[in-house]
Amino acid sequence: MAIKLVLNGTPRSLDADPAMPLLWALRDLAGLTGTRFGCGVAQCGACTVHLDGQPVRACLTPLGAAQGASVTTIEGLSADGNHPLQRAWVELGVPQCGYCQAGQLMSAAALLARNPHPNDEAIDAAMSGNLCRCGTYPRIRAAIKKAAGETP
Amino acid sequence: MTALSRRGVLKATLGGFALGLYPGLGAAAPKRAKGLQPNVFVHLSPDGAVTLTVHRSEMGQGIRSTLAYLFAGELGADLARVSIEQAVGDAAYGDQNTDGSSSIRGKLDWLRRFAATARVMLLTAAAERWEVPVSACEAKAHFVVNTLTGAKLSFGELAEAAGKLPVPADDAVTLLPDAAHPWLGRSAPSIDAQSFVTGAAQFGADVTLPGMLIAVIARPPVVGGRIKRLDARAALKVPGVKKVLALPTPRAPWGFQPWGGVAVLATNTWAAIRGRAALAIDWEHGPNASYDSAAFRDGLHRALQSPGVTLREVGDVDRALAGAARIIEAEYDVPHLPHSPMEPPVALARFQRGACEVWASTQNPQAARKTVAETLGLPESKVTVHVTLLGGGFGRKSKADFCAEAAWLARAVKAPVRVQWTREDDVRHDYYNTVSAQKLTAGIDATGQLVAWRHRTAFPPISTLYGGPPVPGPGDLQQGVLDLALAVPNVRAEGCEAPGAPVRIGWLRAVYNLFHAFAVGSFIDELAHARKEDPRATWLSVLGPPRHASLRELGIPALKNYNASLDEHPVDVARLRQVLERVTKASGWEAGARAGPRRAPQLPQLRGGRGVGGASGRAHRGRRGVAGHRRRAHRQPRPRALPDGGLGGVRPQPRLLRRPHHERRGDAAVELP
Ligand code: FES
Ligand code: FES
Repeated sequence: MAIKLVLNGTPRSLDADPAMPLLWALRDLAGLTGTRFGCGVAQCGACTVHLDGQPVRACLTPLGAAQGASVTTIEGLSADGNHPLQRAWVELGVPQCGYCQAGQLMSAAALLARNPHPNDEAIDAAMSGNLCRCGTYPRIRAAIKKAAGETP
Repeated sequence: MTALSRRGVLKATLGGFALGLYPGLGAAAPKRAKGLQPNVFVHLSPDGAVTLTVHRSEMGQGIRSTLAYLFAGELGADLARVSIEQAVGDAAYGDQNTDGSSSIRGKLDWLRRFAATARVMLLTAAAERWEVPVSACEAKAHFVVNTLTGAKLSFGELAEAAGKLPVPADDAVTLLPDAAHPWLGRSAPSIDAQSFVTGAAQFGADVTLPGMLIAVIARPPVVGGRIKRLDARAALKVPGVKKVLALPTPRAPWGFQPWGGVAVLATNTWAAIRGRAALAIDWEHGPNASYDSAAFRDGLHRALQSPGVTLREVGDVDRALAGAARIIEAEYDVPHLPHSPMEPPVALARFQRGACEVWASTQNPQAARKTVAETLGLPESKVTVHVTLLGGGFGRKSKADFCAEAAWLARAVKAPVRVQWTREDDVRHDYYNTVSAQKLTAGIDATGQLVAWRHRTAFPPISTLYGGPPVPGPGDLQQGVLDLALAVPNVRAEGCEAPGAPVRIGWLRAVYNLFHAFAVGSFIDELAHARKEDPRATWLSVLGPPRHASLRELGIPALKNYNASLDEHPVDVARLRQVLERVTKASGWEAGARAGPRRAPQLPQLRGGRGVGGASGRAHRGRRGVAGHRRRAHRQPRPRALPDGGLGGVRPQPRLLRRPHHERRGDAAVELP
C-alpha cells in the first residue's frame, strides 16, 4: 500500500506495509540512512525524527502513522547543514563516534522549536531519552545552549 | 536504495579537508600512475592533490583526524589540498587492529616518518632544480621554499621529479622539530564532524549494493548449540522474505568463526526481522546446556578458597598473615559485561568471480580478511575488506564473526548480503568481558600498619576462545594486579582456575583492569573503614611515595606491559597519586568532609547524590623509534582533561548513567581474632 507523506519538504509516496516501522522505511526504502538504528524498541533515541514537528522514535512509529503527515529527518534539518544546532555541534566538537548524534540533534531541534531558551532541567527532560555510548552529554548541553543564543 | 558510487567524493567541509566518501573502493596502496608515492600512506599527484591514507578504524577516538593532521603537518601540506582515504585491510599498513589504545602510543615517530619521507623527497627534487643544498629548502603550505633566494616551487610542480627519486633510507629522513609541526600537541577540529551532524557519515549499515538482501540470523542460544529441527514455512510467507538458510555449525575452539544458526534473507530489514520471529527452531543446546551463571559464580568463589598459581611474590605473605593482629578479607565478583556499541555489528559482503568484498564497521580489517578467507576457503588475496565508520567498537568489532557471516551468505545466495545484528543479538551473542571473582586478604599489625596483601583472582581468560585452559596467567594479571604498586612488605597475587569457559570471552576496553580495579578500589575502602581513616589517605599510604616501581619491587619476573619496556611505560606512582589528589579536589572531597553525616563526622563524605569517578591510565613516556633513527628528546602531546567531566563532580544524568551491576559477596570486612 502506498503511504503518501511529505518527506523533508518533498511529497513522497512509499509503497510498503503501513505497519513497517518508519525507521526501516526511511533507511531501506527512501535511502535516507542518516536516521540510525540503535535498539529498535524506543530505548535509545538514535532513530529520532520529527513527525509533524514532534520528535518521535522512528523505530516504533509505523509508516502508516505518517500518512498525510510531514516527516523531517536529519537530512532535512537544514538545507546545507547549517542549522544553529549543527553549527554549534561542530564548533564545540560534540560528536565522538557520531552514531547517536542525528537522533540527539533531532531531539534538540524539537526542544528549541518549542522552548527557544531551555534551562538545564528542560534540556535534561527533553534529551534524557537519547543515549550516547561515548558520553558526550556535557557537550550536547553546552551546544544546545550555544545554539539557543543564536536562535532569534 | 542508493547504489554505491565509485570513488565518490564528498566535497570539502571543514578545515579544508576533502572527505573521501566511504567506502574507498580499490586495492590497498594502489600504485597511482603519476606523482609521488613513497609509501602506502602518502600520495601527491602532479596537480598538487595530496591523498593521505588512514589505516586505523574511526570509532569516536578521532584517529582519522589525528592521522590526517599528523601526516599533513609533517609533509608541510595545505589542508585545503588534502583528502583522506580509508585503507582496506592489508598487512602493507602494518598492524591495523584498532585496539588497546595503540594507534598512536609508541608509534608517533614511525607514523610521522611516512610523511617526512615524502617531504624530504620534495626538498631533494627542489634542491636539484635550484642547485642548492637540501638544507636550504623548506616545505610550507604546499610549496618548497628556497631560503637563500625566496624562490618557490609548488608541491604539484615537484611531484613528478620527486617521484623519480629513490625513496631515502630511514636514517636519511629527519622529522620536523616538534615545535615546527603545526598540529602536534594542539587541538584541532574533527574532520568528520560535519558529516556526523548532517547524517552523511557512512556507518556499517549505510553502504548498499544493487540487488542486496538483508539477513537477520537466529543464532544458537547456547554456546556450542546446533539446530535440531527447523520449520521455515511461516517465515517464508512474510512479504519480502526471499530465503531461509542454515549456516554451518562452528566447532570449538570458537575464535572468530560465524556462529551458526538460521539466516532469514529479505529485501528489507523489517521483513528479515519479522521473518526470523516466524521461524520455528528446536535447538540441540550441546554441552553448555546446563550452564547456570549463579552456579558458575559460586564455582569461581570456591576456587578462591585455596591457593592458585602464584604470579607475584614479595616477602612472606603466609607468615605475615599468621602474625597479623587483624585480618581484613573481602570477596568480589563481576558478571559478564556486553560491549553494547551504539551501532550493533553489521557487515555487507559481495561474492563475484571467486573473490569476496566486504564493507563492515570493523576494528580489525586484517582479521576480517583472514576470517573471511578461512570461512570461504579462499586465499587472502581474493578478499578485500573496506572499513566504514564505527558507531563505537569497544573491542567487540575486533572480532570478525559478523563479517564472515555476510561473506558466507553472499556466496551461498549469489547476491550481496548485509547481515544486520539487532540490539538483542548484540547483547545475547557477544564476546563478553569475562566473569570473575576475587578475594583480597590483608593483614594489619598492632600499630595499624598494613603488613600483608594477598590478591586471588579467578576467571576464564580470553585465551579460552582459542582453546586455552580457564586459568588466568601473568599476561592477564598484568592488568591491575601485577602492575599495581603497593607499599606493603608482603604481597602475593594468585591466578585461580575457573570452572570452565561456557561463554565466548573477548576483550572489552580495559579488559581485566575493569574488575581488578573495582575489587582493589573497594578493598581499599574496607581497609579505610577498618582503620577509621579517610579512604584517600588509605590509598596514598598503600601506594606509597612517588616512584617508578621496578620488577623487583613488584615481585614479578617480567611484565608484558602492553609490549613496552618499563622505561617507556613505567609503573608511575606519582601519576596515580596525582589522579587521586585531583579527583578528590575536583569533586569537593574536603567540603564533603565538613558536611559529613553525623554518624562519622570525621570522615570525608560526598554531598548527597554525588559520586566520584577516577580513571588513570599509565603514561607512555618513550617512543619506539625506527631502527637507526636517532633518539631525540620529544615533547609528547600533553594529555588534557576533557570538558566532558572526565574528572569527578559531574551530576549523574538520570537514565544515562547506570550503576554497574557489581556485587560484593559476604561480609565486607571480616574481623578475625
Ligand atoms: S532505535 Fe529507535 S529508540 Fe533506539
Ligand atoms: S557520539 Fe558515540 S554514541 Fe554518541
